[in-house]
Amino acid sequence: MSSPPLANLQNANKTKEELPLTEIIVITSGKGGVGKTTTSAALGTGLAQKGHKTVIIDFDVGLRNLDLIMGCERRVVYDFVNVINGEANLNQALIKDKRTDNLFILPASQTRDKDALTQEGVQRVLEELKKDFEYIVCDSPAGIEKGAFMAMYFADRAIIVTNPEVSSVRDSDRILGLLQSKTYRAENNQPPIQEHLLLTRYNPDRVDLGEMLSVEDVEDILAIKLLGVIPESKSVLKASNQGAPVILDDESDAGQAYDDATRRLLGEEVEQRFIEKAKQGIFKRMFGVR
Amino acid sequence: MNTSDTEIELEPCFKLKGSRVTITILELYEYEYATFNDQLAETVRSAPDFFQQTPVILSLERCKDTGFIDFIELGELCREYGLVPVAIRGGSEEQLLSANVAGLPHLPVGAAKPPEAPKKQPEPAPEAPPIQNTVITTPVRSGQQVYAKGGDLIIIAPVSPGAEVLADGNIHIYGPLRGRALAGVSGNKNARIFCYSLEAELLSIGGIFTVDEDLKTSNWKKNIQAYLDGDKLVISAFS
Ligand SMILES: Nc1ncnc2c1ncn2[C@@H]1O[C@H](COP(=O)(O)OP(=O)(O)OP(=O)(O)O)[C@@H](O)[C@H]1O
Ligand SMILES: [Mg+2]
Repeated sequence: MSSPPLANLQNANKTKEELPLTEIIVITSGKGGVGKTTTSAALGTGLAQKGHKTVIIDFDVGLRNLDLIMGCERRVVYDFVNVINGEANLNQALIKDKRTDNLFILPASQTRDKDALTQEGVQRVLEELKKDFEYIVCDSPAGIEKGAFMAMYFADRAIIVTNPEVSSVRDSDRILGLLQSKTYRAENNQPPIQEHLLLTRYNPDRVDLGEMLSVEDVEDILAIKLLGVIPESKSVLKASNQGAPVILDDESDAGQAYDDATRRLLGEEVEQRFIEKAKQGIFKRMFGVR
Repeated sequence: MNTSDTEIELEPCFKLKGSRVTITILELYEYEYATFNDQLAETVRSAPDFFQQTPVILSLERCKDTGFIDFIELGELCREYGLVPVAIRGGSEEQLLSANVAGLPHLPVGAAKPPEAPKKQPEPAPEAPPIQNTVITTPVRSGQQVYAKGGDLIIIAPVSPGAEVLADGNIHIYGPLRGRALAGVSGNKNARIFCYSLEAELLSIGGIFTVDEDLKTSNWKKNIQAYLDGDKLVISAFS
């Protein structure tokens, strides 16, 4: 690649063809409450931290969660549905993140339902965002209804957030089937969506006790590439109470796990962690470090 | 074990050369485990010295069956008697697949033909009813259904719990079967189901079925075939 640095391109106000291709990433699961919004906030922030201009869109119309986790709920004036309906333009609705450069949030409406999302409307907004952003992260609602379809329809990649339990794995499997058939890429015979498994709320102790499925069990059933394992961690709740994505807490296990996952998403080789039980480390035993 | 760490240009340690070797061809007319076993044993008994790790090419050009052949089983059997299959020649699409799974490469028809092979008029292909087989190479997921109408269904991927695969003919799954599989759905009672790991929710052949509670009692997670013996659905494991 001999192209000039990105900053120059943007300053020169070049046409879209010369900008890096935008990637649309859907964070989806089927089952509710598995950690989609937590993941959208963390990975979106991670991508922006690494210098990629990123927008996170809340597709969970009617519930509105992302802005709380990002700590920008008081700055929401216009939302995604307003933009789709032409009641506001994108610049009015996009919220610039205060903590992380290159990061924007497009919040959901609390007062509408998911029928307010139309395929043409979503496509129009995505096309407009593509002119400006490298990554568009779509936080999908739970279920396999309209909202979830809208979030996945135009995706290039999908991150399947799964908890290590049978019902979550089953729903993820179901979503994988829909990604292969009910998306723009599938319907237009384009290369399939790239699928990644993100196993969240993983607790190796409970896996050992047989109360949870292991990483291998889940990989075996879903048969897709493992993006990472996010441990069950108190830091997630703490972060959401503070309205700051957990990836900013770089001391925490979950924060580090999301950072690893971001780097893998960007193509880096990063060894998997947080799969084994936290052992009394050999150094601790040898040197008596407490 | 690692002497090349020091970036010294070494003498090349191999070279690829073209060659012609004479190799025995085992021409298969049909395959059925017991008969093949008996006849092979008989042949070996008559010429024991000949069969000492002898490489053979399995020729399927004259094979009557065009359906699934378990080349893993066939290969083991051959090796027991001192024959080592190295490739197949000819054969149907489906046979190529199963040979591939057994690690046997495919030689195009005509390759490695003994030089004295007479140049005959090519025989017209035997009349066979057109068979429409379906090959699936991606996982069949929960909530999905695949139906192979008028032929066999060949799946080279897992079948998830909550998925359903159906065929008028046989069903071959080169992967775990965790969902429901229904072969011979238009009433073909000779249809069979093959899979690499039996973890199914339901198996059905020609409308006769068993569900997972019964399946779990034996052969669970084994490489199996299922077929009908009269009105009884039989499941047998490949060793
Ligand atoms: N790794 C984790 N460790 C501990 N708690 C977690 C973890 N990930 C998520 N949670 C908690 O699980 C709950 C659900 O998370 P989140 O809102 O991200 O899920 P969701 O999939 O977006 O839910 P919904 O389907 O309702 O949109 C939250 O209370 C969150 O704090
Ligand atoms: Mg959510």
